[in-house]
Amino acid sequence: MSKPIQRYTARERSNHWIVAIAFVLAGLSGLALFHPAFFFLTNLFGGGPWTRILHPFIGVVMFLFFMAMAARFWRLNHFTAADRQWMARIGDVIRNRDRGLPEIGKYNAGQKYLFWTMVVSIPLLLLSGIVVWQPWFAPYFPIWLLRIAVVVHALAAWIMILGIIVHVYAAIWVKGSVRAMTRGTVSEAWAKHHHRAWYREMTGK
Amino acid sequence: MALQSLDIKARSATTTPSPNVRIEGAGPVAKLIDISKCIGCKACQVACMEWNDLRDEVGTNVGVYDNPRDLTDQSWTVMRFSEVEVEQGRLEWLIRKDGCMHCADPGCLKACPSPGAIVQYSNGIVDFHEENCIGCGYCITGCPFNIPRISKKDNKAYKCTLCSDRVGVGLEPACVKTCPTGAIVFGSKVDMIHHAEGRITDLKERGYSNAALYDPKGVGGTHVMYVLQHGDKPELYANLPKDPNISPLVSLWKGVTKPLMSLGLGLAVFAGFFHYVTAGPKEVEEEEKTD
Repeated sequence: MSKPIQRYTARERSNHWIVAIAFVLAGLSGLALFHPAFFFLTNLFGGGPWTRILHPFIGVVMFLFFMAMAARFWRLNHFTAADRQWMARIGDVIRNRDRGLPEIGKYNAGQKYLFWTMVVSIPLLLLSGIVVWQPWFAPYFPIWLLRIAVVVHALAAWIMILGIIVHVYAAIWVKGSVRAMTRGTVSEAWAKHHHRAWYREMTGK
Repeated sequence: MALQSLDIKARSATTTPSPNVRIEGAGPVAKLIDISKCIGCKACQVACMEWNDLRDEVGTNVGVYDNPRDLTDQSWTVMRFSEVEVEQGRLEWLIRKDGCMHCADPGCLKACPSPGAIVQYSNGIVDFHEENCIGCGYCITGCPFNIPRISKKDNKAYKCTLCSDRVGVGLEPACVKTCPTGAIVFGSKVDMIHHAEGRITDLKERGYSNAALYDPKGVGGTHVMYVLQHGDKPELYANLPKDPNISPLVSLWKGVTKPLMSLGLGLAVFAGFFHYVTAGPKEVEEEEKTD
C-alpha cells in the first residue's frame, strides 16, 4: 500500500531541471532587457553587455533540452475525452472539490495545455531570437523583420513565463507533486487521487 | 559621454525625471541641409572624421560616387547620390547628406533597454552614450531612418552626435563649419525654419514649384532638416521616407505592452499566493499515513 510509484526516471528529472535552470536564467536576463524596472537583474549576469551576450546562448540550451523533453512526453500529452470532462470541472479543481472528477492518465488537461503552450512558444522564441541575435545573426535580416521578431519574442516569452508561474504554483499547491521531479516517485495515494488511470496502468489495480 | 553643460530632456530606459534644473537656454537647435546648394564634395564627411577621430576602411569604387557605400560605425555621415529625371530629358543629380535626423520623438531612445545609453538633450540633440550601450541593436529596430550602426570592434552603437561636444561649448557642428557652399547651416530651430523659408521662396521663383522644408511631423519634427527642391517626392533623395514614423510594432513593444505585461506577471504571482492562502493546498488524506 505505501510503496512509492516511479513517475520520472533520473534522466527525465535531469532533463527537466536543465530546462528549468535555463528557463530561470533566460527569463531573468530577458526581463532585464524588457522593462527598466527589471534592468537591475543585469547585475546577476555581470552587467548589461554580459546579459546581452549570455541570454541567447542560455536560450539555445533551453530550446535543445526542451525539445528532448518534449519528444519524451509527446505521446502522453494527447487530449482525451476524460481530459475534456476534467476541464469542464476546472472550477471545482481550483476550489479543491475533487470528488467525482474523471479518471485521468499521467497528465491532466492543465498539464497538457502547459505542454502545448511550451511546444509552440519555445520554438517561436528560438526563431525570433536568432533574428535579433547581435552581433552574429541580426545584421543579416532586414529591419522590418527585426521589428516583428522583437514583438514575437516578447509575446512568446510573456506567455511562457505566465505558463511557468502557473506550473510552479501548481507544484506547490498540489502537495506531493514536487518529489516526483526531485526524487522521481509519488505516493500511491497521490497517484490514485490525481491520476487514477495512470495509477491503474502502473499498478494493475 | 554625458555633457554636464547640457540639460537632458529624455533618457533611455528611465522612468524618473532626467537632470533638468538649468534654465532653458537658447531652446532647440537645428541643422539645415539645403540640398539645392550641395555640390557633393564630401568635405562634411572629412570634417566629421577629423573632429570625431574616425577613419573608415578605404573601400573600392563600385561605379557610383557614394563612398563609403553606407553609414558605418566609422562613417556617421555619407553623401548619397541619386540621378533622377523628374521631368523627361532633364537629368538632376540630387545629393543628400545622410545621417542621424535627431528626431524630436526618437525611436532609438524609445527602443533602448539600457538606462542612459541614449539621451536627448533639451536642445534637441539625440546622443548615444556608448559606455552604457550593451550592443543589443534595439535602437536599429526603433530608428525610422536606418541610422545606428553597431561596431564590430566593440559591439556598441554609433551615429552622428550633431557634434554635441562642440554645440555644448557654443560651436557649430564640424560639417557645418567646413561646408564650402553654405549648404549646411546651424542655429536655433526657429532661425533655421526662417532661413529655409527664404531658400524655398527662391527655389520656387526658379521653377521648383514643389520646393519644401523636410521636418517630418511623424517623428515630432527633426533637428536635422532638409530643403528639398522636390518636397513632394522625398523618396527621390535616396529613399528619404515621405512620412517617417516609429514603427507601430516598436510602439506596441516598448509602449503599452511593456508595463501591462510586467503587471500581468506580477498579478499571476499574487493570484497564486492568494489562492494558496484562501483555497489552500490540495492534499491527499492518506499521504501522511503512507509516508
